[in-house]
Amino acid sequence: MSELINRSAVELRDLLDNGEISAVDVLDAHLARVEAVEASVNAFITITDDVARAQAQAADQRIKNGTAGPMTGIPVGLKDILCTTDAPTTAGSKLLEGYQSPYDATVVKMLREQDALFIGKANTDEFAMGSSTEHSAYQFTSNPWKLDHVPGGSSGGSAAAVSAQEVSVSLGSDTGGSIRQPAGFCGVVGLKPTYGRVSRFGLIAFASSLDQIGPFARSVEDAALLLGAISGKDPNDATSVDTPIPDYRATFGGDLTGVRVGVAEEYQIDGMDSRVEESVKQAIGELEKLGAEIVPISLPHTEHALATYYIIAPAEASANLARFDGVKYGLSLAQDNLLDTYLQTRGKGFGPEVKRRIMLGTYALSSGYYDAYYVQAQKVRTLIKRDFDEAFQNVDVIAAPTSPTVSFQRGARSADPMQMYLSDVFTIPANMAGIPGIAVPCGFADGLPVSLQFMGRAFDEATVLRVAYAYEQNTEWHTSNPPLDAQITTAS
Amino acid sequence: MSDKKLSLEEVDHVAMLARLGLEPDEREMMREQLSSILDHISLLQSVDTSAIPPTAQVITLQNQMRADDVHDSLSLDEVMKNAPDSEDGMFKVRAVLE
Repeated sequence: MSELINRSAVELRDLLDNGEISAVDVLDAHLARVEAVEASVNAFITITDDVARAQAQAADQRIKNGTAGPMTGIPVGLKDILCTTDAPTTAGSKLLEGYQSPYDATVVKMLREQDALFIGKANTDEFAMGSSTEHSAYQFTSNPWKLDHVPGGSSGGSAAAVSAQEVSVSLGSDTGGSIRQPAGFCGVVGLKPTYGRVSRFGLIAFASSLDQIGPFARSVEDAALLLGAISGKDPNDATSVDTPIPDYRATFGGDLTGVRVGVAEEYQIDGMDSRVEESVKQAIGELEKLGAEIVPISLPHTEHALATYYIIAPAEASANLARFDGVKYGLSLAQDNLLDTYLQTRGKGFGPEVKRRIMLGTYALSSGYYDAYYVQAQKVRTLIKRDFDEAFQNVDVIAAPTSPTVSFQRGARSADPMQMYLSDVFTIPANMAGIPGIAVPCGFADGLPVSLQFMGRAFDEATVLRVAYAYEQNTEWHTSNPPLDAQITTAS
Repeated sequence: MSDKKLSLEEVDHVAMLARLGLEPDEREMMREQLSSILDHISLLQSVDTSAIPPTAQVITLQNQMRADDVHDSLSLDEVMKNAPDSEDGMFKVRAVLE
């Protein structure tokens, strides 16, 4: 049954529904994989095998009764910033060590109601702030392709777990690229849906106008399956939108005749890895062969997106993280007076990157600087969004690199925060405009995956997925798995 | 606004606004790193936005209303179970008034 880890979620769905395998078989195969590789990958902060065991038994019953949903019996990883009632939710922070949420995030609840198999809570940069998962207070996660390299971040655990075949699919969150960039670094598919497509209720908030939950998978089809299972209006999230959820996979197939793919000159920057540039160029050639029309476009305010993000996201974070005060939950370092309790709890409980962003955001919102930083950034955000609005009058999707480089060695960018921030330069604009973006494998550079990104119109995940599927099915990149067993054997 | 290094007093002021207790070496590090980050993001000042409204939201949702019905909510026990200190179903903190 160990070959079950090589099956896609869509294939497992068929095998389960046909009664050829049981959900317990699926679970056993994946727990054996976790046992074999997790000590090297460290994708999970908490393994929830007991939870998954009960879910597998319930899933088999459900399949027998004919009440299975799309995710019933499918092994899933959950970024440890999604609240769960039956496992701790840490957000990668010492401040929330052992925190037991009294409720499930809406996406968790939706998957739980189908008896998906919750394998574990995946590692993340503390409060999702980072691009390498090195800012987790708990552990380093390895990139399955090269164990001394980072998996990207902040959803690095969710990406690595899918890449290492510990789970079929997983959920992450993307505020400035935290799904797409680690998907790219780990050679898997990662989708950030349109802002409002998926409920954020129970996602520990980082930057509320940018955060969005989305799927990781080893194929575009699996990403579409999981997206369909978590989408929809939620009364608990007033920014979730009541709009039809298409059957994404129904539109898959065929070539790309009539599809207009925009390519923006602003997505070629100084300091970019030439191998990434070359792979993306080849991928665009491939799209043309598939019948797509390649249209040069301009997104003139792209160069300001990074600076805009590093005002807006920390500003929102500084407000959101005010709730961690040592009174209601989490770490509390009680002092003689309440002010000192706040100062000690927050000063000791938060790690360096989180403190840096809280300071930055507080500064940008403080009296005398608010107009110059925060309001100016929100105005530039309008310009960035208008760039996209204009471009999408003329094209259906935009193709771009996911990240300017491939994965880097652990520690390589720790000393200089700005270097780390540059990892997200191509993913941030989609968050600024609220539009969907998907990362798909498009090559290798020295054994490390290169990734192509498609961005689309708001709520048009269908086109983004269809184009990504066509590209994927006509290339071989997604068919390789990381040489994990060889690396583990060498090490031991 | 660029090329200006933050003073330690400014670092302390912002840290107090954010209720973050910083160690002496962290104050220095924040001063260096925040100054460098602010240097980068100050480039935004050069963008002409005189006729541009700030983004309020990226989707076009209007006010979200629901019927004013009574629903179940979490029990007091569930809400309080993570509290570092509590008494009689209330969060317990040091007195803030003399």
